[in-house]
Amino acid sequence: MKRLISIKYVVVSIVILVALWQFAFTISDYSEALFPSPFMAFQALVEMIADGTLIASIKASMYRFIIGYGLSVIIAVFLGLILGSLPRVFNYVNPTLQLLRPISPTAWMPFVVLLFGIGDLPAIVIIFIAAFFPVLLSTVAAVSKIDDIYFRVSDNFGIKQPALMWKVILPAAFPGIANAIHLALGSAWIFLVAGEMVGAQSGLGYQIIDARNNIRADILLATILVIGLIGLLLDFLIGLAEKRILKAWGGES
Amino acid sequence: MSYIHIENAGKTFEENGIEFTALSEVNLDIEKGEFICLLGPSGCGKSTLLNAIAGFDLVNHGSVQISGKEVTSPSTKNVTIFQNYGLLPWRTVVKNVELGLEAQGIDKKTRREKALEYLKLVKLEDFANSFPRQLSGGMKQRVAIARALAVEPDIIFMDEPFGALDAITRMKLQDDILDICKNEKKTIIFVTHDIDEAVYLADRIVVMTPNPGKVKGVIPVPLHHFRDRTSGDFLLVRDKIFDLLNMKQEDNIEYTI
Repeated sequence: MKRLISIKYVVVSIVILVALWQFAFTISDYSEALFPSPFMAFQALVEMIADGTLIASIKASMYRFIIGYGLSVIIAVFLGLILGSLPRVFNYVNPTLQLLRPISPTAWMPFVVLLFGIGDLPAIVIIFIAAFFPVLLSTVAAVSKIDDIYFRVSDNFGIKQPALMWKVILPAAFPGIANAIHLALGSAWIFLVAGEMVGAQSGLGYQIIDARNNIRADILLATILVIGLIGLLLDFLIGLAEKRILKAWGGES
Repeated sequence: MSYIHIENAGKTFEENGIEFTALSEVNLDIEKGEFICLLGPSGCGKSTLLNAIAGFDLVNHGSVQISGKEVTSPSTKNVTIFQNYGLLPWRTVVKNVELGLEAQGIDKKTRREKALEYLKLVKLEDFANSFPRQLSGGMKQRVAIARALAVEPDIIFMDEPFGALDAITRMKLQDDILDICKNEKKTIIFVTHDIDEAVYLADRIVVMTPNPGKVKGVIPVPLHHFRDRTSGDFLLVRDKIFDLLNMKQEDNIEYTI
């Protein structure tokens, strides 16, 4: 029953969005080529699916996303656990991190393209940067906030590094780390599109630029919708994974 | 020399340039198998003394020795049980009890058997696969006791272990700990601010007073188990403690108008 009700919310919400779009289309003075109706965008979507361009774009984007985001999370958590356990070293690293953190990942884009040229790498680098700093800093914070009693208990029972790291520090800090990984997924997905718009010749971001160049606003809007849908799906999947691990580690179910 | 030998032990902190004495000139000898209660109001240094013997926070004057060796760090042979349990919430009850055994390099099967055996001792074998958050405070502390006993320690330190529990659960656990400890013959050092608890449990009570934290007196408890919380002997020991803590009303105050 609860599921049915939440489906009702989703349906009503999307119907309202489409209705507003249709209304704007009806009253607007723009030509159909520049501002298409929901139905035209839907037709473009069907066309893209039929000729395989959509699948090819999604594949290219997902490949970059998984590599960029995956590497970023693994390296950031690993470094975060180490830096969090060594507060004196972190004191020296922190100023640099604070300097680099507020720089928008897109600002690095021209530099990355100069270095590596157009291709997979610029998008991967930008996704990497987008996820790296929030995950790293949250991991350090989560480790430094671990209750001292866990360390006393470990000390008392003779649990030393490296066992201490994966038996105590990682699980104790995990709720904070998981939250950051989850949030970073959203921003990484946002910056994927930016990265592909500048530094790639395939993928969903490039497809938007390509649609603009061909004045195919219907394809452009359909692609935007697909980006939104995939973002939603990714968020749902990581939320599910987060919940499962938290539950396996004795958290609230 | 006695098993635990404390000589002129003291601890001072410096906070904002002001020196503060948490513990001053403690002399104490504890024999193997004794149940010692450190009793006193907050700020009397009882936890400081316990942490010094357990090796968590060392004294900076005098010496604390166990079996003739100066204490410099926590030892796996002496386990501390904390007021807030110190269970790892991401591990099941049985995995918590196995924690100390893992560091000893005992194989998985033996570990599990041993953990279950000690869970049975604290009557929690039915909760082996529960997580700590699913247990009540009293049950959590029993898991912590099982975890401590599983590594077969020489000394068990208990820092107000029942302080967070309600009065009835606390009395129940006091009985349990007496039962278990008499059978296992451990040396126990138990910190409390509850006079009745100290009289009920201890072989000797170390009464401490604050400003600065020091030992006011050591009272032997000549009672045998099981103790009756309402007997005359019980009240007599209690009375001595009140006396040491200057908490007795003077009877013969003369009033002149």
